[in-house]
Amino acid sequence: MRYNEKELQALSRQPAEKAAEIGMRVPKKGSVVKRRLVKLVVNFLFYFRTDEAEPIGALLLEHCRITKEEPSGFSISFIEEPDRKYYFECSSEEQCQEWIDALRRASYEFMRRSLIFYRNEIRKMTGKDPLEQYGISEEARFQLNAPQPTGIECRKEEGLLGRAEISPNSFWPGGGGGRT
Amino acid sequence: MKLNERSLAFYATCDSPADNTGFLYKKGERHTAYHRRWFVLKGNMLFYFEDRDSREPVGVIILEGCTVELCEAAEDFAFAIRFAGSRSRTYILAADSQPAMEAWVKALSRASFDYMRLVVRELEQQLERMRAGARPKAEPLVPPRRERSLPSGGLRENGCAVWSQEAPSLPNGSLPRTSHEGGPRPPPLPPRRKPSLGSSPAPLLVPETPFTPGTTTFSRLHDWYGQEILALRREWLQSRGQL
Repeated sequence: MRYNEKELQALSRQPAEKAAEIGMRVPKKGSVVKRRLVKLVVNFLFYFRTDEAEPIGALLLEHCRITKEEPSGFSISFIEEPDRKYYFECSSEEQCQEWIDALRRASYEFMRRSLIFYRNEIRKMTGKDPLEQYGISEEARFQLNAPQPTGIECRKEEGLLGRAEISPNSFWPGGGGGRT
Repeated sequence: MKLNERSLAFYATCDSPADNTGFLYKKGERHTAYHRRWFVLKGNMLFYFEDRDSREPVGVIILEGCTVELCEAAEDFAFAIRFAGSRSRTYILAADSQPAMEAWVKALSRASFDYMRLVVRELEQQLERMRAGARPKAEPLVPPRRERSLPSGGLRENGCAVWSQEAPSLPNGSLPRTSHEGGPRPPPLPPRRKPSLGSSPAPLLVPETPFTPGTTTFSRLHDWYGQEILALRREWLQSRGQL
């Protein structure tokens, strides 16, 4: 798959949400734990050799599962290949938990679900859609079910008014991990 | 750089919500020919497929840090996705109609992770303030700026407008309305707690959230806010003599 590598490299140089030197093992036969500089920027996890400026690689963190691994480590796996895990070894339980929390919040899809939840909560409390005042209430990315348009049209979705009560996990089965 | 391409392909083709889809003409990198491709925008990733029913994308444009501009190209309804940096590629795309082009430019210029995070934080804070008893206030959204240099050609391209990842404004260019400028005031919040003596604010049934907004997991926040609901329910059941 082609992608704009230069821009991804530029992104890896942006200020990170979180960065640390931790042990990492890739899901390749015979691979061992290696010390890497791991850097979280938006929804990408970059990993560098500790003395190099360019990353070895990047993981897009959409539809992934972050799992605690004993001791003081965690793994990242992706929905379509749940047994293929990237392992990380932290220096303490505290550091480990901080990374797990940060990575679980780091996906675009997680933010989208949070936004829809808050939007609905505020609407229930005030009777008003909080996005209206910014003129963005019709944007597809803020709808509960985004349109699947035919051709080039983009159908306007009905707002959340009039829908049944929504709980934060009910509209995305599988909770934080996304769908299989 | 290695990239988890299989996972990207899955993200592109799974049935999670797409923010925009449609056919666009994409100008080739080295040649001037345009190729018709099926585009799918999800989050900050713009995938493109050979055709609508292709099983895997041909490629993806990672949109973080881009600006989206109209441009006068050989094709009608053309627009450009530009990145900062001297050797960055500019993607020239063309839609089939004016409305389609406008829809794409709008969707792409707000596709960044930062923008989504901004809106989430804004609503999170609004909800916090409401729970603390204050009225919801409308404040203009000001996005945090990532350090980005401008494209060498400047912001104006052939005198056409530039959409970049700035704070959203209303279509007529005015700033978002504040809640006390015209329009109906929001309805008073429903009574949530039993009033205490005098006019002092009602004591909270549960203490203020220990979480700073934006620093904890969504599920924890949800559980935490749920405590108040459970407490209210218990109270109600007790008052009805059912506990």
